[in-house]
Amino acid sequence: MAQRNMIHALNSAMDIMLGRDPSVVVLGEDVGYFGGVFRCTEGLQRKYGEHRVLDTPIAEGGIIAAAIGMAVNGLRPVAEIQFADYIYPGYDQIVSELARLRYRSAGEFFAPVTVRTPSGGGIRGGQTHSQSPEALFAHVAGLKVVMPSNPYDAKGLLIASIEDDDPVIFFEPKRIYNGPFDGEPDKPAVPWSAHPKGEVPDGHYTVPIGKAEIVRSGNDLTIVTYGTMVHVSEATARKLGLDAEIIDVRTMVPLDSDTICSSVARTGRCVIVHEATRFAGFGAELSATIQEECFWNLQAPIMRVAGWDTPYPHAFEWEYFPGQARVAKALKTVMEPA
Amino acid sequence: MVTKSRLHVPKTPARPGDAPDFSYLELSAAGVVKRPETSARVRDMQSLSDELVRVLDDKHQPVGPWNPRLDSPELQIALRHMLLTRVFDDRLQRIQRSGKISFYMRSLGEEAVSVAMAMALQPGDMLFPSYRNQGLHVVRGRPIVDLMCQCLSNTRDMCKGRQLPVMYHWREGRIFSISGNLATQFPQAVGWAMAAAIKGQDDIAVSWLGEGSSAEADFHHALLFASVYKAPVILNVVNNQWAISTFQGHAGGERRSFAARGPGYGIAGLRVDGNDFLAVYAVTQWAAERARTGHGPTLIEHVTYRAAAHSTSDDPARYRPKEDYQGWPLGDPIERLKGHLIALGEWSEERHAALTAELEAHVAASWKEAVSHGTLTEPPRLDPHLMFEDVFKEMPPHLRKQEAELRAELERG
Ligand SMILES: Cc1ncc(C[n+]2csc(CCOP(=O)(O)OP(=O)(O)O)c2C)c(N)n1
Repeated sequence: MAQRNMIHALNSAMDIMLGRDPSVVVLGEDVGYFGGVFRCTEGLQRKYGEHRVLDTPIAEGGIIAAAIGMAVNGLRPVAEIQFADYIYPGYDQIVSELARLRYRSAGEFFAPVTVRTPSGGGIRGGQTHSQSPEALFAHVAGLKVVMPSNPYDAKGLLIASIEDDDPVIFFEPKRIYNGPFDGEPDKPAVPWSAHPKGEVPDGHYTVPIGKAEIVRSGNDLTIVTYGTMVHVSEATARKLGLDAEIIDVRTMVPLDSDTICSSVARTGRCVIVHEATRFAGFGAELSATIQEECFWNLQAPIMRVAGWDTPYPHAFEWEYFPGQARVAKALKTVMEPA
Repeated sequence: MVTKSRLHVPKTPARPGDAPDFSYLELSAAGVVKRPETSARVRDMQSLSDELVRVLDDKHQPVGPWNPRLDSPELQIALRHMLLTRVFDDRLQRIQRSGKISFYMRSLGEEAVSVAMAMALQPGDMLFPSYRNQGLHVVRGRPIVDLMCQCLSNTRDMCKGRQLPVMYHWREGRIFSISGNLATQFPQAVGWAMAAAIKGQDDIAVSWLGEGSSAEADFHHALLFASVYKAPVILNVVNNQWAISTFQGHAGGERRSFAARGPGYGIAGLRVDGNDFLAVYAVTQWAAERARTGHGPTLIEHVTYRAAAHSTSDDPARYRPKEDYQGWPLGDPIERLKGHLIALGEWSEERHAALTAELEAHVAASWKEAVSHGTLTEPPRLDPHLMFEDVFKEMPPHLRKQEAELRAELERG
């Protein structure tokens, strides 16, 4: 066991997989000598060499396509896209190729590629370093989509993703790389060492893909969330003194609707919280699923808290970010007696 | 002897702890490269994409057929523009360190690329810059206070608080909006030029990107469309050797020059000393005339060096020798033009120092004015409701609703 932040946890996952499995390779922009702009791959090229950890040209389409080709030839590539905002030049290769190769070749070809990419805002990154595009991938048949909310899960889920024979788009909420964030930017930063999920085993372990986690059990209502917003939701519910059940989705595809729906069926109230834009966001899928399964148990309409349907503006970061005020309003509304 | 295929990994000549090594650079002596007619066929001028157009020699004299023969007042204006760009950059860099702006990117060592090109172009020409072309705004006369207000995201920010610092635009000055996504502007410039040709305009389009960005598919789309339609466009690869931590070899510079991609597509390719103001000016004149007279696009590779960090989020000491720039064989563009003017008897160290002081005072005064319009954290602040404008021409109902929700959220506090 060691105290690790999310960056170290992810690094440890790749280190272990590079060490255990000679078919694993890591590739991306600045990931080799430099160790990545967020330092997630630090030291890996030195340890495993330039044929296992590759600095690539700045061409996301090329990175994904080359990863697919490598995977078809037996490698297990872990591709880093420097920011999720820069994944779109690779989108065609992901949507038209990576997602469907197994299907169109009747299972004869497949590409076990993991695409890691930092997402989300709260770092003053403006419209091109802040996006949360998970819904664009969750909507595509054939992709697994994962987003951890803490170092323990980050390592376990990344190892599970690399070992998975299906392609995984692995979003890393960069605002919480170094510590949990409860949505209040003016408060001093909290490190992961102060959080139980900052305890990360040294060795190999997995967190299963397709399993949500109940991070707090409660009876008043269910908050369904993921990534950075897990922490914002927890802090808000605590402040309001609500006995909320908080579910960290962790895997958007495949979705653990059993865990989510049995909780809502029991509490009868539900708020969905994510940072991505609201319209046709992943919250819409969650809401529809819950409504279909839990309609007769609901005591209030399901509410969604999300980023506004605008690009992420540099100057209005905290007016954009769905912070505690916006979450609190939804929680209160859902708790009003019918 | 190689008997099997083996994955080749491009070599990076020098890393921290190594001595700077620029032996890989192929240089030509000043004045030796031929200047073809602007109507020359691409296949007759392919060597220009391997050689290096240089005008200023080691004694600060302009030599050879590419000498643009600029007069001294014009050279002094050029020096002023480059120096203002640098003084401005230095100031904003320091301001970022003090926390007043969130981010900054300098063009240190690359000032000649933007300044010489903008001076050699016509005011009607449309510019599609990358984030390291602030000199274009300086030459076209944008008050630097406007640039500062953008960096501050304040009430006079042309981007209304929506963009990171340095992502300027200037419609009247014909400088396009900068995207954070690399290389996207390159094929857009070609499209603009195609429209100019369709409409029968004389104006041309000009775009810039870094050698690292030339790896993106958009670079290749640009070259292909420019070639197919003989678009009146100048496409510039600013090869400053580094793309964050990644050496230019990883963008394909190890095999051939970036300029040499032009002839592959049937486009004129020129390789120029990007730190030689006169050479950059001359190749721009050549390419602009070629484009304007219907002979099509030119790809120009500017050989230069990113003397500063990639951005304020970057620490180059982690990936290149601390003293790397000291070993750079093509010097500093400002020092070189200054040396030339002094050799002409038209400039002196005293005048240079006085000009520097004048520009520093101008930048300081502009900063004072800029912050009077607010900063990211100090009033007056932009109204957050602006975030909902310009998503569409007219605000649709769902955004009106969200705007109202935000107002209520802010009123509740
Ligand atoms: C599509 C895309 N991918 C990645 C990035 C992240 N990024 C920003 S600048 C940069 C390096 C660019 O280097 P280069 O093109 O050589 O220009 P320079 O910064 O050296 O002027 C990278 C990788 C981005 N902004 N957009």
